[in-house]
Amino acid sequence: MPFIPHTETDIRDMLEAIGASDIDQLFDEIPSGLRIGELSGVPAGMTEQEISRLMVARAEADGRPLCFTGAGAYDHHIPAAVWEITTRGEFYSAYTPYQAEASQGTLQLLYEFQTMMAGLTGMDVSNASLYDGASALAEAVLMAVRANRKSKSRRILVPTTVHPQYRKTAHTIVNNQGIELVDVPYCSDGGNTVPDSLRHLEGEDITALVIQHPNFFGVLEEVDVLTEWAHKQGALVIAVTNPVSLALLRPPGEWGGQGADIACGEGQPLGVPLAAGGPYFGYMCCKQALVRQMPGRIVGRTIDRDERDGYTLTLQAREQHIRRSRATSNICTNQGLLVTAATIYMALLGADGLANVARACHANTRALVDRLTGNDCVSPLFNRPYFHETVLQFSLPLADVLRPLYAHNLLPGYDLSKDYPELGNALLVCATEARSAADIDLYADHLNRIIESQTAAGCPVQPKMA
Amino acid sequence: MLIFEQSRAGRRAHVQAPASAEDTPDIPESLLRETRPLLPEASEMQVVRHYTRLSQKNFSIDTQFYPLGSCTMKYNPRACNTLAMLPGFLARHPLAPESMGQGFLACMYELQEMLKAVTGMPAVSLTPAAGAQGEFTGVAMIRAWHDANGDTGRNEILVPDAAHGTNPATATMCGYQVHEIPTGKDGDVDVDALREAVGAHTAGIMLTNPSTLGVFERRIEEIAAIIHEAGGLLYYDGANLNAILGKVRPGDMGFDVIHMNLHKTFSTPHGGGGPGAGPVGVSKRLEPFLPVPVVGYDGDEYYWITEDVRPQSIGRLSTFMGNAGVLMRAYIYARMLGSEGMHRVADFATLNANYLMAKLTDAGFDVAFPERRATHEFIVTLKRQQKELGITAMDFAKRLLDYNMHAPTTYFPMLVPECLLIEPTETECKEDLDAFVDAMVKIQQEAETAPELLKEAPHTQPVRRLDEVRAAKQLDLVWSGKVD
Repeated sequence: MPFIPHTETDIRDMLEAIGASDIDQLFDEIPSGLRIGELSGVPAGMTEQEISRLMVARAEADGRPLCFTGAGAYDHHIPAAVWEITTRGEFYSAYTPYQAEASQGTLQLLYEFQTMMAGLTGMDVSNASLYDGASALAEAVLMAVRANRKSKSRRILVPTTVHPQYRKTAHTIVNNQGIELVDVPYCSDGGNTVPDSLRHLEGEDITALVIQHPNFFGVLEEVDVLTEWAHKQGALVIAVTNPVSLALLRPPGEWGGQGADIACGEGQPLGVPLAAGGPYFGYMCCKQALVRQMPGRIVGRTIDRDERDGYTLTLQAREQHIRRSRATSNICTNQGLLVTAATIYMALLGADGLANVARACHANTRALVDRLTGNDCVSPLFNRPYFHETVLQFSLPLADVLRPLYAHNLLPGYDLSKDYPELGNALLVCATEARSAADIDLYADHLNRIIESQTAAGCPVQPKMA
Repeated sequence: MLIFEQSRAGRRAHVQAPASAEDTPDIPESLLRETRPLLPEASEMQVVRHYTRLSQKNFSIDTQFYPLGSCTMKYNPRACNTLAMLPGFLARHPLAPESMGQGFLACMYELQEMLKAVTGMPAVSLTPAAGAQGEFTGVAMIRAWHDANGDTGRNEILVPDAAHGTNPATATMCGYQVHEIPTGKDGDVDVDALREAVGAHTAGIMLTNPSTLGVFERRIEEIAAIIHEAGGLLYYDGANLNAILGKVRPGDMGFDVIHMNLHKTFSTPHGGGGPGAGPVGVSKRLEPFLPVPVVGYDGDEYYWITEDVRPQSIGRLSTFMGNAGVLMRAYIYARMLGSEGMHRVADFATLNANYLMAKLTDAGFDVAFPERRATHEFIVTLKRQQKELGITAMDFAKRLLDYNMHAPTTYFPMLVPECLLIEPTETECKEDLDAFVDAMVKIQQEAETAPELLKEAPHTQPVRRLDEVRAAKQLDLVWSGKVD
């Protein structure tokens, strides 16, 4: 019996103690018409050896391609120690630290995580995580509506340079609460949100402005001007940032005169593997004044009866298990294990290490752009500076280029044609610090050969714009 | 000591980051960071030692009996972790084409199929990231279904008063009023009160079965009929699915929507409070509203089903497909259990709970519903001890820690005063259950002869009872010291 320790003697003794003749009798309160006999649709059990063979074969079939795709999930080096420690049973198989005295390990780690995230974002406080970047933005929108008491409109401005899946997720989560998410268009030259596009909204009641920086295109936004504009309108600023970029870029807490009000985003770049999209974790930080509006678990430091420092979940009066229908959110769990990994990652890298990672990502992506545009068919689409990701425009059908690159076991980038059809053949590319010069050369060589063969075959190619 | 207090300027784990600081000539000065973020500067060994030591300050399933009611703290097989973390799976970028992820997608598709089979629901989406998000999804689909029928006057969700707090919080998030239904003396929903509460304003009901009181809702078919006659839908909170796995299916009970907590029933790790995974299953009429993406199979290849072909979908709940790695662990667990193993989960979870209930009753403890069978969990109430000895459920819970056992869930459900909700799970052996009974008996004796042992407990943990009022009033959420 998989994972069940009972011997025949145990079963007999236990049934006797209960006063039941067999195990089936323990289910006698279930209406008999509802009971099922054989469970069909589930295959027979496997031994660990058998399931291992199956899973190894499937994992190998998936090929481990060379990755130049980002678009919200980034392939960084992860120190071996990160997951060695994270998967220790004491972290891995513990639950939410309700019994604080028996959970000081997790609780202190979360307190350290909150400190690191507040430091990285330049904000006052942090929670202990949310599900992922997209759902963190959705929660930030709900939080802004609660926090901005002067605004009655429940209107949130969301530039279309914000990750398309974040916008969709936010819509799913807030749309039953009478909240309006208003698109703000981007500038087609720079790929950024320009203050001019907001001018017609001046004087209107706006609850918050979302600023993703670097934005989905990798482009750096004019964060100071946008933050100032929003605050002048009485709107809160929700920053969406990549935590690795913050080792290099001025953090949301320092945007404009007063800084962003809420900062959130995807924590995956901090030591979490790509792993098909999850589990990742969302982070959320805010100004001190808004802390009671923040969703999710929060850990505080306090003292015990002997006045020793200790850690505990706090501000629980916000949460669903206390406030039920009036809670700040229905969130119960956070992403504790991923936060464990991220905390160990940040502790190993330190400020300088993380800054070097950020700089190497930037330099590698610059080198990649340089190498990929050394032909007549590919050019950078936007003229604004970027962090570690940018959009390339192709003058030949993108699908014809991508397919052969996939065949070379390479992930060449994210095709933007579905989310941004107006951009034509546009590819979002990224080279993190984990890509070597040889990797970049390999991509460029394959691409050049593909372009050569396609243009030689007489495919219609539009000349590159000067 | 905090990691920051061990920090020394200039110390680093040198092999973990590029050695040189590359130039960033094209990033405007005004956008560059001027202040160094507060991160520790430590050697790799210091970091490893610090977090290893922190881990040792935790209770966990791997180290202690952990009978936390309603949380299903069963053994997390190590193979599930090892195999889900095979390099080929970890390297998969979520936006890689389907052709480069057939191995992964096959696992997801087969998991969907198995979850359909065990719940009796014809369609499943794996994407919700946790139980609470699964709940949100379920109620959002109920709303979308009513809206699609032009039935927009329904503004109320019924929730039993014993329900988990996420239920009412979720209903509010979906724009509904919450109406609480009382529980009868026998632990079942008060069906007469339910009958009075339903009407044209009823969007649906959120039910956990077995309920959080540790008993099976015997009149479930009648409840389903009442709600359906009123035009509402039934939502099943899968928190307690472990109790009935392979025995009875929510789909057969009349539920229209269900969520499952894979971190409970399918043994994925709780990770110190997440990640979870909360897939949803629905009846045929709700399938068009399922959140995307869903995995499809055409007999040849696995592929994503997205909003393009599901225009009525409630949409996306996360950036990619949800907690894929958790789903992989659940898949591996389910394959090892197989069809026969699923029955046994419910069999032995129920055997263990009823055994523990019988032994504790024999030892003189009061259970909340002595006439009822325990499901996979049951409630002990310490109301008598509180009245006679001034000893609370919290005191018992804290003292259990000194006996090297995690405490059961305390003060939930709120209906039962001074309650301990005890869920041993099927993976515990008889000796460990007996040891728990022994500890409870000893603590009861201490309560009578040396109550300060309980009042002052725990005595053996890294800290003693913490000042929670101070934690909430003098907020200290971020270390404010300076690193070296």
